[in-house]
Amino acid sequence: MHLEHDRPLGGGGAPAASGGAGPRWQSPPGTPAGPAPTDRALRVGVGGPVGSGKTALVAALCRALAGRIRLGVVTNDIYTTEDADFLRSAGVLDPGRIRAVETGCCPHTAIRDDITANLDAVEDLESDLGRLDLILVESGGDNLTATFSYGLVDRQIFVIDVAGGDKVPRKGGPGVAGSDLLVVNKTDLAPLVGADLAVMARDAAAMRGGRADRPVLFTSLRSDAGASDVADWVLAQLPSPARPQ
Amino acid sequence: MTGHVEARAALLLLADGRLPAGGHAHSGGVEAAVLDGSITGLRDLAEFLRGRLATSGLLAASFAAAVCRSVRTAGPATELAADVLAVFEAEVDARTPSPAQRAASRAQGRTLMRVARAAWAVPAHPAAPHHCVALGIVAAAAGLEPRDAALAAAHASVNGPATAAVRLLGLDPLAVTGVLAEIAAEVDRIAAAADTASALRAPERLPAGSAPQLDLLAERHRTAEVRMFTS
Repeated sequence: MHLEHDRPLGGGGAPAASGGAGPRWQSPPGTPAGPAPTDRALRVGVGGPVGSGKTALVAALCRALAGRIRLGVVTNDIYTTEDADFLRSAGVLDPGRIRAVETGCCPHTAIRDDITANLDAVEDLESDLGRLDLILVESGGDNLTATFSYGLVDRQIFVIDVAGGDKVPRKGGPGVAGSDLLVVNKTDLAPLVGADLAVMARDAAAMRGGRADRPVLFTSLRSDAGASDVADWVLAQLPSPARPQ
Repeated sequence: MTGHVEARAALLLLADGRLPAGGHAHSGGVEAAVLDGSITGLRDLAEFLRGRLATSGLLAASFAAAVCRSVRTAGPATELAADVLAVFEAEVDARTPSPAQRAASRAQGRTLMRVARAAWAVPAHPAAPHHCVALGIVAAAAGLEPRDAALAAAHASVNGPATAAVRLLGLDPLAVTGVLAEIAAEVDRIAAAADTASALRAPERLPAGSAPQLDLLAERHRTAEVRMFTS
């Protein structure tokens, strides 16, 4: 089913400019995320630049959630089925619950401009496995502008990491500014790369309009293999009957 | 006050490379041909596209036109006659010996039907017909003629693969557009021949252009270790 959400990323409105540092893509004021669906699985997109830890985060979420809710995963690799293979070999989820979509060198196209193959994949998961509570749709590694269409997902998580430098949140863009949850990953590397987490937190909050419904979480999957804060956020997005007690 | 205006804008919409119909993830054999070294540049690509157009392009265009004609003749049915469509499906199957190509065709038929249902009065079934069959159904629903369906199919048979070559080889996209313009007259000719065939022949006697090299490329692609395109 095509979601037909009429919800622009970041809640609508034009990109705003911040003073002094030149134009930035900031979060405009807008509407909160729509209600969670009750007739099918909640679909949560996981996007972000290459190497920021999307697949590792999805594996962590599988580890944390697979025993508690009915879960499926769709991967969108840049090429072949590398990410799906990684998830299968990590043993965090039954391989039958993982589907791979090939994206023809354009991962952002498959999650934003032409979502049809991904819609086929998420629908096939539920028609093959029966009703699910949650489907994670992992994008292929792309760049700061690659975000999901809300015709495909109900919520989206954007994953960046500290190793890319603490300037990344300040650069803004639709993923940093408008995603429902921003995850700053690999915080254990911060001292090694000279990244100031306080600066990242401040810039991210500013880019996201300081909105309480658009949180930022800092993670280190090395010390928290189940990404517990992110898992809690995901569970809170489920409609209440589907939430484990 | 206004007379009959022929549907043209709908054809442009249907043939637009940006139509979200799943085509962007399919290279039509180009990726496998790049990997085996048979496409290395513009000239190779032009020859590949000409061959594709004359074989699988003609086949797709003929069936798109024939299905469009059949649906239009049957009237504005919301549910298409399943037995009629099954004949077309079986004939396309018989002309597509590669299982990988059959799967790619049905995957693209499914994604095209999905976007078309959001745009025109297209029935829910068939859910995943061959791409050329879907094109015929959708063209009819969009108020287009059989020759339009043929033209859209012939165009798609070269346009998508050309785009894939740009992404895979880093070819100059302007130069590739020049190649597509060079063969545009052939696209028109193939579409006209397909339209004529669809008017005169029964489904089992429609063109059966065959390209064993495309079949082999499709099969090799499905087992390739590294793959960017679905087909």
